[in-house]
Amino acid sequence: MNFTLKIWRQKDAKSKGAFETYKVENISADTSFLEMLDILNNDLVHQGKEPVAFDHDCREGICGMCSLHIDGQAHGPSKGATTCQIYMRKFKDGATITIEPWRSAAFPVIKDLVVNRSAYDQILQAGGFISVRTNSVPDANAIPIPKKDADESMDAAACIGCGACAATCKNGSAMLFVAARVSSLAKLPQGRVEATRRAKAMVAKMDELGFGNCTNTGACQAECPKQISITHIARLNREFLSAKFKD
Amino acid sequence: MSCFLSNSSLGKKLVMSVTGCFLVLFILFHMSMNVTAIISPEGYNAICEFLGANWYALAGTVVLAAGVLIHFIYAIILTLRNYKARGSQRYAVTVQEEGVAWASKNMLVLGFIVLAGLLLHLFNFWSKMQLVEIMGQHTNSLGYSPADGAALIRYTFSQWYYVVIYLVWFAALWFHLTHGVWSMFQSVGWANDTWYPRLKCIANIVATIIFLGFAAVVLVYFFCPCIAGAC
Amino acid sequence: MALKLDAKIPAGPLAEKWSNHKAAIKVVSPANKRKLDIIIVGTGLGGASAAASLGELGYNVKVFCIQDSPRRAHSIAAQGGINAAKNYQNDNDSVYRLFYDTIKGGDYRAREANVYRLAEVSNLIIDQCVAQGVPFAREYGGLLANRSFGGAQVSRTFYARGQTGQQLLLGAYAALNKEIAAGSVKSYPRHEMLDIVIEDGEARGIIARNLVTGEIERHGAHAVVIATGGYGNVFFLSTNAMASNGSAAFQCYRKGAGFANPCFTQIHPTCIPVHGDQQSKLTLMSESLRNDGRIWVPKKLEDVKAIRSGAKKPSDIAEEDRDYYLERRYPAFGNLVPRDVASRAAKERCDAGYGVNETGLAVFLDFKTAIERLGKETIKQRYGNLFDMYEEITDVNPYEQPMQIFPAVHYTMGGIWVDYNLMTTIPGLYAIGEANFSDHGANRLGASALMQGLADGYFVLPYTIGDYLSHKIQAPKVKTDTKAFDEAEKGVREKIARLLSINGKQSVDDIHKKLGHIMWENVGMARTKESLQKAITEIQALRKEFWKDVKVVGRENDFNVELEKALRLADFLELGELMARDALLREESCGGHFRSEHQTEEGEAKRDDENFAYAAVWEYKGMDQVPEMTKEPLNFEFVHPAQRNYKD
Repeated sequence: MNFTLKIWRQKDAKSKGAFETYKVENISADTSFLEMLDILNNDLVHQGKEPVAFDHDCREGICGMCSLHIDGQAHGPSKGATTCQIYMRKFKDGATITIEPWRSAAFPVIKDLVVNRSAYDQILQAGGFISVRTNSVPDANAIPIPKKDADESMDAAACIGCGACAATCKNGSAMLFVAARVSSLAKLPQGRVEATRRAKAMVAKMDELGFGNCTNTGACQAECPKQISITHIARLNREFLSAKFKD
Repeated sequence: MSCFLSNSSLGKKLVMSVTGCFLVLFILFHMSMNVTAIISPEGYNAICEFLGANWYALAGTVVLAAGVLIHFIYAIILTLRNYKARGSQRYAVTVQEEGVAWASKNMLVLGFIVLAGLLLHLFNFWSKMQLVEIMGQHTNSLGYSPADGAALIRYTFSQWYYVVIYLVWFAALWFHLTHGVWSMFQSVGWANDTWYPRLKCIANIVATIIFLGFAAVVLVYFFCPCIAGAC
Repeated sequence: MALKLDAKIPAGPLAEKWSNHKAAIKVVSPANKRKLDIIIVGTGLGGASAAASLGELGYNVKVFCIQDSPRRAHSIAAQGGINAAKNYQNDNDSVYRLFYDTIKGGDYRAREANVYRLAEVSNLIIDQCVAQGVPFAREYGGLLANRSFGGAQVSRTFYARGQTGQQLLLGAYAALNKEIAAGSVKSYPRHEMLDIVIEDGEARGIIARNLVTGEIERHGAHAVVIATGGYGNVFFLSTNAMASNGSAAFQCYRKGAGFANPCFTQIHPTCIPVHGDQQSKLTLMSESLRNDGRIWVPKKLEDVKAIRSGAKKPSDIAEEDRDYYLERRYPAFGNLVPRDVASRAAKERCDAGYGVNETGLAVFLDFKTAIERLGKETIKQRYGNLFDMYEEITDVNPYEQPMQIFPAVHYTMGGIWVDYNLMTTIPGLYAIGEANFSDHGANRLGASALMQGLADGYFVLPYTIGDYLSHKIQAPKVKTDTKAFDEAEKGVREKIARLLSINGKQSVDDIHKKLGHIMWENVGMARTKESLQKAITEIQALRKEFWKDVKVVGRENDFNVELEKALRLADFLELGELMARDALLREESCGGHFRSEHQTEEGEAKRDDENFAYAAVWEYKGMDQVPEMTKEPLNFEFVHPAQRNYKD
């Protein structure tokens, strides 16, 4: 298969970027999207040009490192998959593919397609944990947790922190990410203890970091590679508002 | 508590939700009132009289205006913030995500259309009814009694361009409500996966009832003014 | 000068060693902890849990990772689960049984005392993780669920769907975040350790490169902990993440730390087969699939041909024409034999010509029987996401046709040598998790890597490091303007400058692929004297080629991925040779190390306990010098090594 790639190139955070066009040829349909970029990069190196910088690591859809806005969609055309899980058979032979970095004020570009997502770390540092010390805990089976609650907690905990939600949201809102963490912990008795404090602290941090406001479009859940539902956003709203009304 | 309603993103959304809810309830009432004009112009005029420049109607008007104003101002604040959060560099290519309603991404534009319609509506009706009474006059610029709403409707919708403009207005309102009604439940946290389809269905029903009610009055008065007692 | 190896294994009965040791070692008072700095490199399960626990204790911790967030470390990709001897299933599990299974699974090449301690703290890990909010799978009664796993006859594996590693890492990462928020831990993401600084024979800090700006930084501390995982990417194609590398561990080795059992590599039996020469990464299918899937190849060669040509579908092969070779060879464990056994059995069938894809390097993993027995819905519930993932990658629907699988490099049991305190041969330098030579001997059982990473980080290192640091309470802050730091930084800068100046014809990946090929062919699943000698010669030649002909584009002070890769490959090119040397010297077959010369008549690994019951610890002597090997004898006081038997 042959493709024309329109890729965003940007030297560093301060420089102005622009699209550049590349051609890749003889790509097998079984090649993954990132392998296709590897092939392009190897060609570029041979030509003495700088390869395209992009984030990636596990290539199994779990580390959350890969990003990319491909033909207008975060993580490309597959539903419930990350960029590293897309295979070239998803594209038409001869297609032109536009590849852009995440675009959100809170995720500034570092280089080419690489962005800085440390804002997500900061939100979690604000309260996305249960304050237990190592070794000062009861037996694992001391508190039974209804299977339904554990499952729901797991649904939310599937978040890989890739940033697709904020990157795809027209408002640049990180609500799905924040909600996934708040909700995952709020569904467990262990997490209930500081649930209200957590919701308030994380929302405050999210606001402080310049993320936008959720307007319930649901674009985040449509593009989430882990298909996390906005039902968790509703739970975050509930947690947050009830906490505020108790203040 | 007052601070989170203006400082926090979720607090601001709560304000949007509550004012939105209030406006929906008002619109439902207004629509029911209008439908009366089809069944009985006299009955309609009786309601108009009841809602003249009395203290309770005036108080209602003030609250209502405040509701619209807050809903509007917060929408502007939220949108400005969202615009900034999106960053200065925009995507070159975007698509409509699967399952994402068009209205949900265009609430501000729809809101502006609704607002413009509202201003026209105030000029067409309110300025010739309640305002006239507030000013202490007994006839409006058209020569009708300010409580003769039916006549005003008949007059306005005898002009085809008003019919078109009002229908566009109602359509924008329909879109705005299909997203707004379920969204207000989401913003206060009264929603979940089981209830999304139900809430969205309720939103569509409410929006459609409102649209049909308002549109019916306009169309009936345009096509068959006789029904409404004009001939 | 051979390495002095003192494993510091405490005396006493097996079950009391750890408690006795904890009672005997020194502790540091809270007031003094505040004065002590610790550097932790790597934020996987080991690094994150250690950083969180040490920060909690009051030490000043600096934690480094190469990814953009600590949460992305490759522990996150572990799918199957984590073992613990809770005996919640009432199937007669115990600390001793977990210890025994692990030491047996490791083919009797691990220390008894370490493995017993691992089994002992395994239960604490589960308690800790549950308290942190890890959503483990539960039964309807609300209590924790377990599943069975390869190499064990009890159900002791705790799991969170197919994402156990992710959930455990998010737990440790959350604990780390708690400490970062509290100010006791400072995080340095997108930083790569390029050298370790040794002064007066003790670890004093690291030289790190800021991967965004290219800046070279000095960081001093009273102790340094290496938690950078394994070096499986020496094979180019492996299930490791793209950036996983052996460089941090290798710098320690270069500076004098012993490197133990480098040849012990785990080849995971259930990966998606290689499809072409442009592949960058192999995908693992969870081992849990072996719970319900049956592995087979056709009995008749004509069926093999028909399948390869597409004339027959796998589902067309009649039951009696299928060779369920694991069930045939190992009736007691069947498809649940340990990974090394399953991998070798697949290779044996493929070598005999029964491989089922065009390359002849694949066997079937079939769910037909399970679907008939349990129904498609149940299978979907259990493995739905894995099946979807398989279909997405291969375009084959595993509900209708069996999956094709083949072994791939997955984990390295070898690593930096550590004593019972997890300290390397360099005082003040520690290694935890997959980075150390670990408790897994010659083969790691499934669901034990997560257990070891968290055991080291939460429950072992925080105690044992105090024993060393208690001698440092008078020591001032480590100065980074010393000669040792100057030299280390200079070395790093020179190396980078040299790489950028070569400007040859081959890209880093070109050479890495060549290395991978040499390694897989000669130091892979089956090794011979000849293949290993060949590997050594070829790697030496390739290393010369690299330093003459590699092309590294871009600048030093920039975000430069090619430079990062080149630095890592330079180390792999030495590490590969070390692995081959170690494998050459170990004239026996054990666990993941299979020397074709040493097998039983039935083709099983033939261990030589008389001559090789030791850990081979290597000491660096220079890039093109032969390293020196010192033996740490393994004394089995409590279990008696026997040939592993998974047949009955």
